Amino acid sequence: MPEGEVVHTAGKINPVKTCQPIGAMYAALGIHRCLPHSHGSQGCCAYHRMHLTRHFRDPVLASTSSFTEGASVFGGAANLKTAIKNVFEIYKPDIIAVHTTCLSETIGDDLPTIIKQSEVPEGKVVIHANTPSYQGSHITGFSNMVKAMVTYLAARDEETIRKKRVNIIPGFVNPSDMREIKRITSSLGVDMIMFPDTTNVLDSPLTAKYDMYPEGGTTVEEIRDTGNSRLTLALGAWSSNAAGAALMEKCGVPCVPLKVPIGLKATDDLIMTLKEKFDAVVPDDLTLERGQVVDTLIDTHFHYQGKKVAIYGDPDIVVPLVEFVLTMGMIPKYVITGTPGKAFEEQVGAMIEEAGIEDYIVKAEGDLFDLHQWIKEESVDLLIGNTYGKYIARTEDIPLVRVGFPILDRAVHPLMPITGYKGCLRLIEMISNALLERRDRDCLDEDYELVL
Amino acid sequence: MLEKYPEKVLKNRKKHITIVDTNQACQQIEANTRTIPGIITQRGCAYAGCKGVVVGPIKDMVHIVHGPIGCAFYAWGTRRNKARADDNTPPEKMFSTLCVSTDMQESDIVFGGEKKLAKMIDEVVEMFHPRAVSICATCPVGLIGDDLGAVAKAAQERHGIQVLSFNCEGYKGVSQSAGHHIANNNLMENVIGTGPERDPNDKYVINILGEYNIGGDGWEMERILGDIGYKVNCVLTGDTSYLEIKNLHQAHLNLVQCHRSINYIAEMMETKYGTPWLKVNFIGVEATKKSLREMALCFGDEELIRKTEEVIAREEARIMPVIEHYRKICQGKTAFAFVGGSRSHHYMHLLRDLGMEVVVAGYEFAHRDDYEGRQVIPTLKIDADSKNIPELHLSPDPEKFKDAHVHLNMSKEKFDELNKKVPLNYYEGMQPDMKDGEIMIDDCNHHELEKMVRALKPDLVFAGVRDKYYVQKLGVPAKQMHSYDYSGPYAGYNGALNFARDVANAITTPAWKLVTAPWEKQTQ
Ligand code: SF4
Ligand code: SF4
Repeated sequence: MPEGEVVHTAGKINPVKTCQPIGAMYAALGIHRCLPHSHGSQGCCAYHRMHLTRHFRDPVLASTSSFTEGASVFGGAANLKTAIKNVFEIYKPDIIAVHTTCLSETIGDDLPTIIKQSEVPEGKVVIHANTPSYQGSHITGFSNMVKAMVTYLAARDEETIRKKRVNIIPGFVNPSDMREIKRITSSLGVDMIMFPDTTNVLDSPLTAKYDMYPEGGTTVEEIRDTGNSRLTLALGAWSSNAAGAALMEKCGVPCVPLKVPIGLKATDDLIMTLKEKFDAVVPDDLTLERGQVVDTLIDTHFHYQGKKVAIYGDPDIVVPLVEFVLTMGMIPKYVITGTPGKAFEEQVGAMIEEAGIEDYIVKAEGDLFDLHQWIKEESVDLLIGNTYGKYIARTEDIPLVRVGFPILDRAVHPLMPITGYKGCLRLIEMISNALLERRDRDCLDEDYELVL
Repeated sequence: MLEKYPEKVLKNRKKHITIVDTNQACQQIEANTRTIPGIITQRGCAYAGCKGVVVGPIKDMVHIVHGPIGCAFYAWGTRRNKARADDNTPPEKMFSTLCVSTDMQESDIVFGGEKKLAKMIDEVVEMFHPRAVSICATCPVGLIGDDLGAVAKAAQERHGIQVLSFNCEGYKGVSQSAGHHIANNNLMENVIGTGPERDPNDKYVINILGEYNIGGDGWEMERILGDIGYKVNCVLTGDTSYLEIKNLHQAHLNLVQCHRSINYIAEMMETKYGTPWLKVNFIGVEATKKSLREMALCFGDEELIRKTEEVIAREEARIMPVIEHYRKICQGKTAFAFVGGSRSHHYMHLLRDLGMEVVVAGYEFAHRDDYEGRQVIPTLKIDADSKNIPELHLSPDPEKFKDAHVHLNMSKEKFDELNKKVPLNYYEGMQPDMKDGEIMIDDCNHHELEKMVRALKPDLVFAGVRDKYYVQKLGVPAKQMHSYDYSGPYAGYNGALNFARDVANAITTPAWKLVTAPWEKQTQ
């Protein structure tokens, strides 16, 4: 690592984002009996499957158009048509969700036309999303695929009255988080369709009765029916707003944008919105859970209050996370995301300033190299983010709490929610313990105490 | 297994599957041909072979991936090829943990990314002072026609350090294999042979080619070879430096571990410098022993042969009791192996040490010679996909070429004798090590693997991370053989110990008995 001032303006060094198709692939896995298909050369597909598999430690299946040089020059139409035919015959999915890669985007393959010309068996569907990797990030790719679900599938049946039901677009979060959001919603007695929904797909049980298509995922029929719901909640502006807006435009379903419910306030907002829009009664259980969070915050504040923290990752995770660490009395000193968008800087900046903190840096389209340089100038007490921050954690000797995507070097995380009140407790536990471990490890013998 | 296939797919896949019949003289298997679109394959791309496997592990260079962000991101640290600072490379010259990407944006695709790339090289050189820089191309770069070579050349002149450019766009060839070839060519043409002369008094100098130090494999080999008295000049490309690769030509003998990824360099060095090469396998106790003995014969030195036997005896005395313990657990069990372009073969030996048989084996990106042996090379047809990777036509270096026997410091007669005993410059492939009725599958896909696991119920499957988890959901333990499930080393003697423990644990972990809930058992 270089010493002193450095000039780093071109490209990224140690990025906090990756490319669109992996997000599209993840979203597509949240449709029941869907095979994601990568239209490009097979390397991208191999990489995307590898990374998702490593994060979830569960099977991630996807097919590819397997471009070679010929397809790259003459276009990939023939490859895609063959692929669609083969996939339906061999793997028998209900739906194929095609996403492009930067290769097929650069060639300019016209997907809607190719799909129209393909052999699609009766009752089966092919949808597609454009996911050029030279724009946005994996979050943009996720958003594009969720939007494609709406534009291809959602429909409004004129004759029916709107169903007293909410559509929930959960954003690029773990299955455990989707499960938790569903649990909260159903405990309020509100009917819902969550899409995409990777519960029971990427956290599936081991029963020795493997099925290529696990039980989970939103069915095509359910996605179609989202057009008849009364309301959509788009959780996370970057990953969910586009689909919410498309559903509004196509089927007239009003959309309320909310944060991903990470932290007390964002969870409160989710519950309040459901309560107001559906005249729901908040069950005592949730009030109890909330009270437990407040109790824990009071009990533990001295472990973390006033500590400086650097947070990096995807915008829809980082924004509510910053909100929560502020609730905890911590100081978000450096906050970065790799996904482009000035709104990130404004939103996060406003929250930090509102808390009366002046000395901080927020950057959209940053990288971990930037973060490392800032930390070398002035350090922090804690890092929160994905696995890739572990190099900074080690060199600068700062504890790291792993949150976000991808986490490649720890297990169980995709099964443990960070959303909802349960998620608050988990975050408090992880943050407190990381700081306490640190204190125990660093202190002198005479300061090593039983009770902290 | 094949009945579900559409006709065309069936016709194609049939040729990639061989049931071994030792009565037949030469059984053919189709390999290194295009993947069928739509098939869920285990294969990756040329970029993965070039940057991910061969070039990426060179620790004292900064590797810039020219393209949109993803390709660089996914190759970042995921292969577990370990590296450490040493006498040649101080900590401040180590760049293994960096991920550098030009992060091309739409405007770069429209107007070209050369300027951005040049700027990034300038900044990186300024900040890190690497000994050399590499640039790897990804898919869109080739399409928009960025001239990597020109950017590299200009940067090289500006900074006075070597800037290597690799046109390893993902769509080249039919798998990672194309990228290995591209990387081999470039290193051979521009780096190998440019280092200063080695002390001529050094004895038994060797290179280990096609070894990536995953989980520390290379270090275990170096330990054993060092104890015997060999001087390991360079491990390509595990824990290696640019400086060491420049000196690659100074070895007396090249060892080839992964035949597929590196045979090109071995072959080209044979032509250019006369360096003989020996296919070795340090995976497995018996295999390691065989390799060590053949190596010793190559130098024909009594002292070396004695030392070799001494180390073998010492190490076996140390580890065999433990291996025996695990062997009791593993004996008689069967396995499938699908990895890379040499590894499935390597692991057969280690599994046999444990009393296991590999009943189905295949490679992701092999060529026919990896299965059938190098004698088939002259008969291979060059198809359109291989054609776009240029062959280097090298001739003997006027100053540095020496006959093989001179490299090995023996007379021509003695060398001819040796050649009868040890298969120098040859690889026999996987097939001779397989038994009747066992199955060899090239580019095995999800559907085929799932069917075979259901039908043959092996006790263990060795595959990549993408196949591991669904195999386990079928109730069969699976181990990742690219990353070793975060374990290793698996090479050499210590590796055999680790492997035996991991295999036994995979088979016996108590959770396998808990798959069915007690209440489900009652109702059955
Ligand atoms: S950046 Fe483009 S070429 Fe690279 S992995 Fe992503 S989609 Fe593939
Ligand atoms: S066989 Fe050789 S090893 Fe396997 S992944 Fe390799 S390069 Fe690749």
